[in-house]
Amino acid sequence: MSSDAKDFEIRVSRRLGDRDIRAEVDGAGGVTALFGPSGAGKTSVLNMVAGLLRPDHGRILVAGEVLFDAEAGIDLPVQQRRAGYVFQDGRLFPHKRVRDNLLYGWRGDRRHGGLLTLEETVAFLGIGHLLDRFPRTLSGGEAQRVAIGRALLSAPRFLLMDEPLSSLDSGRRAEILTVIERLRDELRLPILYVSHDRAEVERLASTIVLL
Amino acid sequence: MPFSPFSNEEWGIVLLSLRVGAVAVGASLPLAFALAWLLARGRFPGKLLLDALVHLPLVLPPVVTGWLLLLAFGPNGPAGRWFAEWLGLTFMFRWTGAALAAAVMALPLMVRAIRLSIEAVDRRLEDAALTLGASRWRCFRTVTLPLAFPGVLAGLVLGFARSLGEFGATITFVSNIPGETRTLPLAIYGALQVPGSDGVVTRLALVSVALSLAALLASELLSKRIGEGRGGHVV
Repeated sequence: MSSDAKDFEIRVSRRLGDRDIRAEVDGAGGVTALFGPSGAGKTSVLNMVAGLLRPDHGRILVAGEVLFDAEAGIDLPVQQRRAGYVFQDGRLFPHKRVRDNLLYGWRGDRRHGGLLTLEETVAFLGIGHLLDRFPRTLSGGEAQRVAIGRALLSAPRFLLMDEPLSSLDSGRRAEILTVIERLRDELRLPILYVSHDRAEVERLASTIVLL
Repeated sequence: MPFSPFSNEEWGIVLLSLRVGAVAVGASLPLAFALAWLLARGRFPGKLLLDALVHLPLVLPPVVTGWLLLLAFGPNGPAGRWFAEWLGLTFMFRWTGAALAAAVMALPLMVRAIRLSIEAVDRRLEDAALTLGASRWRCFRTVTLPLAFPGVLAGLVLGFARSLGEFGATITFVSNIPGETRTLPLAIYGALQVPGSDGVVTRLALVSVALSLAALLASELLSKRIGEGRGGHVV
């Protein structure tokens, strides 16, 4: 990672059904937000960066590293991209307790490139009392905090957040928003953030891309 | 068994039926799962045809299925020769043949149940596992399979129940041999041909009803669990 590399450098296009999804993103640092109405293909762009959806054309660089380059024939498998993906719908594994959800992507402690230990993550997110519960017993805010914890514990090199507040009431929103600000300021991970809420984006992001 | 209402011969029939059913579903489970996976997730030309072939025993007259088994797995059939030569396994007039016939007849039901449970697994959870660094195999082992498991069990139970009831293909393929291929339905059919054996028929029929009912209830309960699991997928 060279220090002058951009956090995100994305030029992609992909045809999905009868829609053409195009994105040009240059994120300098902090939170880079993809902002626009529902159905503009914001989630598809996140999926392309994560490696879940293959662009037809273009390039994807994160912190200077090429994840995808159609012309050069580079397409890093999703497992090797090390995206910490926080999905809109949480996607906790319903058959695993919170602790096992958190540790699913565990790659070891800092010596092995991890950011945080389980204890640190649990303390950071305030989810210690939830460890033995099953996801279906969690509230929306609790589930979203666990989902963020699970992403953090997989030793990600960057975070992808897809409307992580959309399923929450306003009280929980403020709480998760604070968590995301702390992630941004304390962990200094590149964050690509999708939202259709202007206030949210203006509060968090240093770069806003309209989509 | 001093207080048993069954004679030793009747016990033997019940135990043989259970063994035939268990071996039939146990041995065909890997094939059933592979077919269910192909039909649920695969994209290949001829998928419709494969789907139809798997379901064929469900609609074909069982006597035709039995005759086809005879052609394929008989002593001169290509499959029969292969099994005898490589595995030392023969089917004619043996309980293994009854199990084979039961397996073929149960396969469509098993594939159906397992396929539905695989289709019910939320693919987005698998995507989540991949972004967390899981290999395809680990994802299958830790996410797909556990979530599909109740359906696999339901398929097993359903297939087992179907095996216990198998009649036409069995009697055509391996005849009605006491101690080898005379399972519950064949024994009941045989007893019905003999005047004055109402007691035997009644007892064996009651066992059939009890086993079938228990299997259906178990399968139903398991299906219900799939439904609930599905509801809990997305938080």
